[in-house]
Amino acid sequence: MRRLFLAMLALACAVAVGPARAAHPEIDADLSDHVIAITTGFTGSNLLLFGATQGEGDVVMVVSGPKSDLTIRRKDRHMGIWLNAAGMTFHDVPSFYAVLSSKPLKDILEPQEAAQHGIGFDALCPQPADSKVPPETVAGYQEALFRLKKDQGLYFEEPGIRFQGPRLFRANVHFPAIVPVGEFRAMVYLVKDGKVVSAKDTPLVVSKVGMGAQVHYFANEYAAAYGALAIVLSVMAGWLAGVIFRKV
Amino acid sequence: MNLYLPIAEMSLNMLIPIALGAGVGILTGMFGVGGGFLMTPSLIFIGVPPAVAVATEAMKIVGSSVSGVLAHWRRGNVDVKMGAVLLLGGLVGSFFGVQIFSWLRSLGQIDVVIALLYVVVLGIVGSMMFVESIRSVLRARNVPEGTPADLRPRDRVSLAQRLPGRMVFRRSRLVVSPIMPFGVGALVGILSALMGVGGGFIMVPAMIYLIGMPTKVVIGTSLFQIIFVTANTAFLQSVTNHTVDLMLALMLLLGGVIGAQVGSWLGAKLKAEQLRIGLAALVLAVCFKMALGLVLEPDELYSYATKAGGH
Repeated sequence: MRRLFLAMLALACAVAVGPARAAHPEIDADLSDHVIAITTGFTGSNLLLFGATQGEGDVVMVVSGPKSDLTIRRKDRHMGIWLNAAGMTFHDVPSFYAVLSSKPLKDILEPQEAAQHGIGFDALCPQPADSKVPPETVAGYQEALFRLKKDQGLYFEEPGIRFQGPRLFRANVHFPAIVPVGEFRAMVYLVKDGKVVSAKDTPLVVSKVGMGAQVHYFANEYAAAYGALAIVLSVMAGWLAGVIFRKV
Repeated sequence: MNLYLPIAEMSLNMLIPIALGAGVGILTGMFGVGGGFLMTPSLIFIGVPPAVAVATEAMKIVGSSVSGVLAHWRRGNVDVKMGAVLLLGGLVGSFFGVQIFSWLRSLGQIDVVIALLYVVVLGIVGSMMFVESIRSVLRARNVPEGTPADLRPRDRVSLAQRLPGRMVFRRSRLVVSPIMPFGVGALVGILSALMGVGGGFIMVPAMIYLIGMPTKVVIGTSLFQIIFVTANTAFLQSVTNHTVDLMLALMLLLGGVIGAQVGSWLGAKLKAEQLRIGLAALVLAVCFKMALGLVLEPDELYSYATKAGGH
């Protein structure tokens, strides 16, 4: 099953880049781990990206998380207090979006090439659900979206890929403690003369494991039983405390 | 030591919720209030999403009220009949409260409503308590020692007496219309769901001044019915909003029960009036802090939510 999934990903990647290039991959890369496990002690995670290129070029990596609709709200002052007034919903916003490159993105990639492959914040450009909103308003919300996500460490764009010698490269990717769960995708591109010449797709899964995962699953799937358990545990803890401290 | 909270979806040093629980627990032991009105804003302050803070605090109050009520039960200071009438109102109130909570959350206004309710309710309760306790300190200077505060004329009982229907509450030595405690219970139930509080800080003054119960049975009875109201709130929040964080609640409880013991030891060393002035000052301070948050321009005007929130 997993092998099939990987094969399909490889196929999708080959189609995207073009059959001639896929036949002679000019870049190869992998992540140090393909699963980020959110355990009870999870405080964030670092993954190592490593790989090699054939010939000259720069390397760009895009890691993106699962996409969903996202609503941004803005506070306004009403009768002296600040409350959420206007809002805008965007379609298909990645929960996580990191772009790492061996040189600053604008120096190595032409804008239209970046847009075509969806590399960088400018290419991401999430669209509002309501298409009638004037573009100036949309731009304000988009800017806020990027700022909020950057502040949380969920979006970043940095020249973090280091070459070691002419062909080997490596980079550290940081996933913060609040990293959302789901199926991620890490695309690694070889860039020459402003154009993408080769790409490699690597899957990545972020999931809650262990007790935390079970608690979360239980709370959402068996909400009534979870609620009952919460009450029973709380009563027991309180009763126990009352009995223990009775003697004191 | 860091702990990943599965529902709040954040990583937190374990010592923070334990210390918070202990701090609020000291106040619980000293003043006989659940402390939800302090705990919920503190949880929000350390980064717990408001919806999770409110629901989790409801679960925690169940536990702390159980441990509190045991002592009062042994001394016979629980009026079960009065508690049952209050509870009936409380259950109705918390049912509607959770519905309102869900609705406000879908509008994106839950944070503001929580903050606004805190400011209004804490402002009223805090100033009433402050004025009342200052007065009783002044009165204590004029009245000879040994007159318990309990024997003051209950001038506000009249409303409860005028309502239709009569019910005998033997433990409270009262004959009043059941509509009054039912209404008080319902009001506190709604607030409990919206603010993540047990409502002791509203319930206790309401029982003394509105219903006219003797102070001796007030705290035990209030704790008794708070157990059921908050249990109901926690259950409904779990079912409707999936926002009760078990791990967080247990950490808070652990700190809370230890703090409560320290608090009751401290409380025994201080005078009742001093305690009440202290509590009133604290309530007003929290009120002021939350009011500032509403009125001052926030650093970040924008916020976002993905479609479900709890996921």
